[in-house]
Amino acid sequence: MLNISGTQINFLKVRVITFILSAILICLSIGAFFVNGLNFGIDFKGGTLIEIETSQEIEISGLRDNLNTLELGDVQVQEFGSSKNLLIRVEQQLGGDQVQQDVVQIVKDSLGSYLSTDINFRRTEVVGPKVSGELIQSGAIAIFVAVFAMLVYIWFRFEWQFSLGAVLALVHDVILTIGVFCITQLEFNLPIIAAILTIVGYSMNDTVVVYDRVRENLRKYRSKEITDLLNLSINDTLSRTIVTSVTTLLALLSLFIFGGEVIKGFTFAMIWGVVVGTYSSIFVAAPLLRYLDVKREWNTTSAVDSTR
Amino acid sequence: MLYFSNLKTFSVLSVIIITLFFAVPNFFSKEQLNSFPNFIPKQQVNLGLDLQGGSHLLLEVDTEEIIKERVENLNADVRRVLKKNNLNYSNFKVSNESLKFVVEGLNSEIQKEISELSISNSQNILAMGDQTNLIITQEENTIQINFTEEFIKQSVSNAVAQSLEIVRRRIDELGTREPSIQRQGSSRIIIQLPGIDDPDRIKSLLGQTAKLTFQLVDTSVNFDPFNPSKAPIGSEILASDADEEFKYIVKKRIMVGGENLVDAQPGFDPQTNEPIVSFRFDRIGATKFGRVTQQNVGKPFAIVLDNKVISAPVIREAILGGSGQISGGFDSEEANDLAILLRAGALPAPLIILEERSVGPDLGADSIEAGQFAAIIGFISVIIFMIFVYRYFGLLADIALIINLFMVLGVLSLFQATLTLPGIAGIILTIGMAVDANVLIFERVREEIRNGSNMMNAVENGYKRALSTILDANITTLIAAIILFFMASGPVRGFSITLAIGIFTSVFTAFTFTRLLISLNAKRLKPNFVGLSKNA
Repeated sequence: MLNISGTQINFLKVRVITFILSAILICLSIGAFFVNGLNFGIDFKGGTLIEIETSQEIEISGLRDNLNTLELGDVQVQEFGSSKNLLIRVEQQLGGDQVQQDVVQIVKDSLGSYLSTDINFRRTEVVGPKVSGELIQSGAIAIFVAVFAMLVYIWFRFEWQFSLGAVLALVHDVILTIGVFCITQLEFNLPIIAAILTIVGYSMNDTVVVYDRVRENLRKYRSKEITDLLNLSINDTLSRTIVTSVTTLLALLSLFIFGGEVIKGFTFAMIWGVVVGTYSSIFVAAPLLRYLDVKREWNTTSAVDSTR
Repeated sequence: MLYFSNLKTFSVLSVIIITLFFAVPNFFSKEQLNSFPNFIPKQQVNLGLDLQGGSHLLLEVDTEEIIKERVENLNADVRRVLKKNNLNYSNFKVSNESLKFVVEGLNSEIQKEISELSISNSQNILAMGDQTNLIITQEENTIQINFTEEFIKQSVSNAVAQSLEIVRRRIDELGTREPSIQRQGSSRIIIQLPGIDDPDRIKSLLGQTAKLTFQLVDTSVNFDPFNPSKAPIGSEILASDADEEFKYIVKKRIMVGGENLVDAQPGFDPQTNEPIVSFRFDRIGATKFGRVTQQNVGKPFAIVLDNKVISAPVIREAILGGSGQISGGFDSEEANDLAILLRAGALPAPLIILEERSVGPDLGADSIEAGQFAAIIGFISVIIFMIFVYRYFGLLADIALIINLFMVLGVLSLFQATLTLPGIAGIILTIGMAVDANVLIFERVREEIRNGSNMMNAVENGYKRALSTILDANITTLIAAIILFFMASGPVRGFSITLAIGIFTSVFTAFTFTRLLISLNAKRLKPNFVGLSKNA
């Protein structure tokens, strides 16, 4: 039986350490963003992606050399899940949208003559410069709009102090997620944006539960020292935070292990986000309230739940 | 909170049963479904192209080309008016969107004639009566003519609508299964082709404007086909379709155009057995064609498709019946495609392919299989974990979770929302997150018990206190899902849909179904049911 109710851990005691840890991670992320940058997939940088399955194992370096003689610029070949599944990426060609279309045929013809095995073309994606430009723009806008929407919602439901704390934690999560993609150089594509938005929702969800309890305790214990009150609130909700994170991670891990290659990156981002989001609700969002001068005099008549 | 009136119980159960009912078709094959009685719903979840295999194309109508053509037409018309009135003009400049020239002796009457040009020019485009579509500005002797913005917008919009229709006709001609062709934004067309993973042929069909014209070959000059000198005024140099190097000099005047065709069919020439396309003109086309062939017996007549000469046979005799045939050394598939293009009509402007995403049927099937397996494993581990933590209540939450999953499936089928691979990920994520509402409630119940409440009150208060938290927590995720829905397209949008449906069903089941289950067992509830030992 798992029962983590009634804990009395002093989370705020380590706040300096966790703030410093978060600051270091954020700096690392920003540093990696400027040094390594994101490894954009064709959604955002344009180009051609072809996934093939062959009946026999293929020697990748030979195929790579062969495809690189086609004068299509940089051609990457990598294994995708198994040694018979290959992913071929051709960079975006100069000369606008229409030119990109020729790449597929050139690569297909070349594969047909170079490989003596049967080739099954599992996936072909061609993204022209116009669309990739728009996708990156709308992806960035989506993240900003989501964070802003959360800011407004929390402001509306709580007070500006909570709103600010929650959004800082949120920005922390988003930066760390983008950072991990800069450091690992995992491909950053459209589904990753979806993952980040979900992380925004999830992390907020976690933070809201803690904040909700903070607000409730603020009404209940009017004279309690804020640090103690925050500690109490985190401990009150700790069991829920852990249980929900564990069930979510169980589902995501299963997807990561068994869900196939295509959504591995997406699932990885989500797993990372859930871990970071859970951490930030406890160690960033809640402790931040201590510095934000939260209002103590709540109007109890307007309270949603009466704790009296 | 624990008391459920019969009516409430009935409505909760009905909602659940109805949504579950709509999930039923997903567990049978299409054939089995057809043998079922009519009252059973037949709609299965609509699989996205990434799961069933298929091709997605995003096209854009080249709007610059449309405006350019309008300006060209205007150019010719204006020159005609000026010539007719014996006016000397100079410095004629044709830019992307306007016409500029210097003219002397322009009076108001001629200016009126020019401004009226717009009406004839736009006959098919705008029914704006006498209102002009031109903005004419005069600065001493320099005249500048622009189209109004409204006119350009309308021209583009019409061209896109027309393109959409022609694209639809061309694809229908190929007999594709359930294609979806939709307009997106002001000048784009999205084509979804289920079951097609190599859209080469469709791409090449859409890549041609298929503007067919019949023009006379200019026989007034001798020239070397491989190195022609400048074409005389009124004529142009066009390349052969078969051999880019081989040129013709062809008179610019279009004698008959493809818009007068009523039918085109592929066939074989009975003498040479060569693939051909035979065509038939409408009445106007037949008359024009007859007159031209009558007056030009013995001269070569060029058949031009998209500014390339397919062939230029010599007219042997007048063709008065209004039908003819094109032979240009093509194979039978090319003849077939040309016939399709001619039947469907010419695109008003070229289409540019901006994006292509094709998935083979194998990958789709693999993705479904992997997704299902991952869902089952994730599901089992969450179920076991919940029982481990919350015992009896955990079991209730698990039953709710099962119901919840089927409800997501039912809602997806009912609204025919598209399930994509990220959508499956959304469902699996829902498995993990759906228990959250119950977790929040159970934790509250535990707390109440620790604070000395009896079981009944603890459950009662647990629900009451958790309500606002659950709403706040789920609304944040919902906001993210909604933003994703509006910002994304294709597979990723499918993720936002399942995520949002999962939020609704999980909050619904937590507040109705689990509560109902608990209330039915209310009298027998003990603290250890919620994973607390008796002395906690």
